Amino acid sequence: MGKTFAEKVLARKAGKEVVAGEIVEVQPDVAMSHDNTAAIAKTFYSIGVDKVFNPDMHVVILDHCVPAANEKFAQNHKEAREFVAKQGIKHFYDIHRGICHQVLPEEGFALPGELIVGSDSHSTTYGAFGAFATGIGRSEMAVIFATGKIWLRVPETMRVVITGTLPEGISAKDVILYIIGKVTADGALYKAVEFTGPTVQGMSIASRMVLTNMAVEMGAKIGYVEPDDKTLAWLEGRARRPFQVVRSDPDAAMEEMVFDVSNLEPMVACPHAVDNVKPVREVKGVKVDQVFFGSCTNGRLEDFAEVVSVLRGKRIHPRTRMVVIPASQQVLKEALAAGYIAELVEAGAVIVNPGCGPCMGNHEGIMAPGEVTLSTSNRNFKGRFGCKEAEIYLASPRTAAATALTGTITDFRDLM
Amino acid sequence: MSTIRGRAWKYGDDVNTDVIFPGKYTYTVTDPAEMATVAMEDLDPRFAKEVKPGDVVVGGKNFGCGSSREQAAFCLKYAGVGAVIAKSFSRLYFRNCINAGLPVIQCPEAVEAIEDGQTVEIDLTAGRVLVGSHSFSFPPLPPEVIGIFEAGGLIPFTRKRLGIE
Repeated sequence: MGKTFAEKVLARKAGKEVVAGEIVEVQPDVAMSHDNTAAIAKTFYSIGVDKVFNPDMHVVILDHCVPAANEKFAQNHKEAREFVAKQGIKHFYDIHRGICHQVLPEEGFALPGELIVGSDSHSTTYGAFGAFATGIGRSEMAVIFATGKIWLRVPETMRVVITGTLPEGISAKDVILYIIGKVTADGALYKAVEFTGPTVQGMSIASRMVLTNMAVEMGAKIGYVEPDDKTLAWLEGRARRPFQVVRSDPDAAMEEMVFDVSNLEPMVACPHAVDNVKPVREVKGVKVDQVFFGSCTNGRLEDFAEVVSVLRGKRIHPRTRMVVIPASQQVLKEALAAGYIAELVEAGAVIVNPGCGPCMGNHEGIMAPGEVTLSTSNRNFKGRFGCKEAEIYLASPRTAAATALTGTITDFRDLM
Repeated sequence: MSTIRGRAWKYGDDVNTDVIFPGKYTYTVTDPAEMATVAMEDLDPRFAKEVKPGDVVVGGKNFGCGSSREQAAFCLKYAGVGAVIAKSFSRLYFRNCINAGLPVIQCPEAVEAIEDGQTVEIDLTAGRVLVGSHSFSFPPLPPEVIGIFEAGGLIPFTRKRLGIE
């Protein structure tokens, strides 16, 4: 019997053969924390340890509320900066740099075959580069700061095969929403999900990141796309160190699901669950107060191109606000160079500093009771945009742009 | 510690960490007593006001899905909750409960039997949940992690392991 990707990576890290279901203690290659580094630092010191075990394995990126919205957030950032300075953590990125899940790959830390943990549930994103990457809690990160180690259960593997040519304008976001709707919020609980098939092979790196980013929304421990020439080309000049591609053996034990997306329509996740997924046409006409375009799911350059292709030369609906947050400073620079930012400003959008913005309710687009947001992000739980009496729909960048133009949830194909 | 007895607070499937501990508080509400006052704020506003030490939170499948925020486990502990029972847990929530030293019990049969408001008794040593006249058994935590729970959570466990007293 062959081995899965998950078994191989954890075996290498554990220094012995492992099988799914086993628990191993391992040392991650990369450990990422963000604004929560300040709280983690306090927990770290409470253990009674003074020095970080291995400062070079840590990457700290301030992104959750940047720049600080108030004194409490400012104090939090200050403590994080003091911690990285005191502990000699050199991989530190301050408030200008962007969202951790975009910055970590851009800075060459997301590498095939490596074990990456992050104190953030969407750390599954790095699986788009063939890494074993998963979210952990704050206490666990504090212990990694102290000892360099964490326990992990070796997950079973579920292969999601995606076939068919996507219809014009249908994106990876529509694909993953459709799959989550079918698999449901716990359909991949504890599992390693491998996205494969011709449709995935045809996708850009940015689109593959949409799949692995949202794998956690069906309960997955990791999302994974097998590295190919596109991955290697993307990593060229970015990778921090040599790496080895790891892939599942053809005869490894795993369950399999197949999705044909050749007739897929624009999809939307309706309030208040990510697996409450419907075709856009079924909720067409719902009045929208705010469109949020950004996040670690859909704030990359290709998403800007999609949005601008719909908005170009038009004005967003006067009753609707549009908040735009590039996923990183790099994306912002590229979007500026391409002229996208100017076009969005002309269309009436509000451009905000790269970061997480309103996604978890901190700032830059908080909702009022009774309001409706359509967002390109990954979660629509009650309270997510800072207000439990607001409603959140999740959709693709193209659907977001069409919705911003009409002020109601819109199937972009109706505007073509 | 080995026996927990209290009122059941029963909720449905896919209870997410945002309704247990809202995202907007993750950097602003850090004091344990204050964390207890916002527990379950967006799910059940009565909870934080009425919860008593030893009470048991009961969920359906995929309890604690969503964010990695461990405050969603700690806020229940700080509110006095004796245990969380569910049909299944999100992996992050399951880990965070162990790391918080909060008993985390996967027992679908018990969840089916429990009614909101009912008194529930849990024998952690025997691995049993008592609901009225019915008894349901649940499997122990994996041997590799039971020490973390028994030490009272990951931080006390790590201190012990490093020989820091």
